[in-house]
Amino acid sequence: MAAVAKRVGLSNPLDSLKQKVAMPYLLLLPGMLWLVIFFLSPILTLVSTSTKEPGLGIGEYVQTYRWANYLDALTAMHTQFIRSFVFATLATLIALAIAYPLAYAIAFKSGKWQNVLLVLVVAPFFCSFILRTIAWRQILAQDGIVFKILLFFHIVTPNTQLTSSAFAVVAGLAYNFLPFMTLPLYASLERIDPRTLEASGDLYANGFTTFRKVTVPLSMPGVVAGTLLTFIPAAGDFVNAQILGNPGTTMIGNVINAQYLQTTNYPLAATLSFLLMLAILAIVMVYIRKSGTEELV
Amino acid sequence: MPDVSTAVKGDLKLQNISKSYGDFKAVDDLSLVIPEGSFFALLGPSGCGKTTTLRMIAGLEEPTTGSISIGSLDITDTKPYQRPVNTVFQNYALFPHLTIFENIAFGLRRRGIKDVTEAVNKVLALVELPHLAQRKPTQLSGGQQQRIALARAIVNRPALLLLDEPLGALDLKLRRQMQIELKWIQKEVGLTFVHVTHDQEEAMTMADTIAVMNEGQIEQMGSPADLYDNPKTAFVANFLGQSNLIKGTISGNDGDSHVVDLFGQKISLPKNRSHAVDSSILAGIRPEKFRISRLGTATSGNILTGGHIEDVSYIGVSTQYQVEMPWGQELMVFEQNDDGVAPFSKGEDVNISWEPTFTFALRGDEDASAGSEVNPDEEE
Repeated sequence: MAAVAKRVGLSNPLDSLKQKVAMPYLLLLPGMLWLVIFFLSPILTLVSTSTKEPGLGIGEYVQTYRWANYLDALTAMHTQFIRSFVFATLATLIALAIAYPLAYAIAFKSGKWQNVLLVLVVAPFFCSFILRTIAWRQILAQDGIVFKILLFFHIVTPNTQLTSSAFAVVAGLAYNFLPFMTLPLYASLERIDPRTLEASGDLYANGFTTFRKVTVPLSMPGVVAGTLLTFIPAAGDFVNAQILGNPGTTMIGNVINAQYLQTTNYPLAATLSFLLMLAILAIVMVYIRKSGTEELV
Repeated sequence: MPDVSTAVKGDLKLQNISKSYGDFKAVDDLSLVIPEGSFFALLGPSGCGKTTTLRMIAGLEEPTTGSISIGSLDITDTKPYQRPVNTVFQNYALFPHLTIFENIAFGLRRRGIKDVTEAVNKVLALVELPHLAQRKPTQLSGGQQQRIALARAIVNRPALLLLDEPLGALDLKLRRQMQIELKWIQKEVGLTFVHVTHDQEEAMTMADTIAVMNEGQIEQMGSPADLYDNPKTAFVANFLGQSNLIKGTISGNDGDSHVVDLFGQKISLPKNRSHAVDSSILAGIRPEKFRISRLGTATSGNILTGGHIEDVSYIGVSTQYQVEMPWGQELMVFEQNDDGVAPFSKGEDVNISWEPTFTFALRGDEDASAGSEVNPDEEE
């Protein structure tokens, strides 16, 4: 410390002490600045927009601190809110059901193909999100292979519409966020010490019991991370509902999008955005508490 | 599932076990009987096949050929969870998501035992860690994890307990303490322990019987004293402690002893300590069996003259000398510092002598350095 003080030309020990106290804050400054500019100020702008009321001109809003906007927004749009969370939950569960066996196979059974398979998991990202979503209209179309197979097994009738349906929206959500589920699952499965699995077998647990009692609990950090990374963007998504849905499958993201770009009702869009954020935050906090994986992460 | 662990008793029998990985033979036609209730050590350098052998007994590897049985029960084709065998893994492999209590109860619960509290508490008391029952493994020190791994295995009272380098990750002092403790616990619970290690001192401290393994085969098997005093191969002579091996020829008979010619000097070798097949031998003497004396001093027993002290290391309890012999070989001599005489100094000319009964002999065509280039303390 003395050497530092000499180098920066400080002779007064009190000055040196002041610097010692100030140093951590100085080091925190870039991070804090980043948070203020990119997180705090947008949120404050959002909240302040949310309590405005229409002014005289079209598209002009004045600040009146009208908190009742929140109640109004909930009353008007609670159906879309609930639908968003139902769709996101379903998509998350489907993605988990597909991704867990996939990640398990990549982590434990793929041998030299491991890296190839991992590249294949992220390969869809090389193609546009919108384009891939539009492709699902072809996949689920009445002359597509999926429809024909379902028709063969009498799961659908020739008149069933698979596209522009809730089914298509959930399928699109599950598909689009599948890599976000697979990668954290793979990471946590791959980190399991194979000797703990051997130890389980050594201690009279057969393959299935070992999976249930050791593999699954040890992969919980990946399950939590994967479900959050799928659920959060899925709950706020509007692309899938727009491209694959119908007016009856509108999600909260579509409402915000429409209120902002078409109706230019900025206060309502801001109110809904803030509510969505709070709801997701509350769900995530309860979820992490309940899953109790803090010490394993 | 039937309770596998208490039903089976008896000796462990490995019959003509081999394990190949492609062209590489990790274990090569190995046969072995480990008596019930004994503390048995498989000792050898890394890559000698000792861990593979252990994993085959545990059921974690399948032997390419051969059979494994405990008592009259053949377990060769059974799964690990069907065997009355438990393992203490090298890095303990405790379940990080379970408490210490649940880690120990794991095997009991899998066997459908409902009331595990008493058994778990008893074994926690045995390893002297009852206060840690509700902790998680990551909150424990290495030594504590080691004991829990042991407790998790012995709580099942298996017919056979396998220990895979269990002390390898501990520091030296703790390792010494655990060696004594393991030995005590083995006596206390009366289970058969099979212990794999590359540390010859660890094996000698704990085991009743040691099998020295090299290149997938057993070089020699016996009690620690047997192996040390009367090794059959150069590998055993060098891997277990240190040996001076001197080329020589059997040149005559003297009752129960051979007369051996070592570069022109005659010594005597008890016939029952010779493992040579013809007259060409390697005469072996342990460094601490040598006595060292000034030229011209009267000594008895086998005597080699013309030594020249090349190096002296004073290490407290003993002094270690490197003595160069007329034929160019350097012999190691360890002298206890118990006679109040100042050590010899570098450059002095000396004789070395020893009691003839300490001489052993190996086949003359053996590589005298086999096993000595492996320093057991360095590979961990």
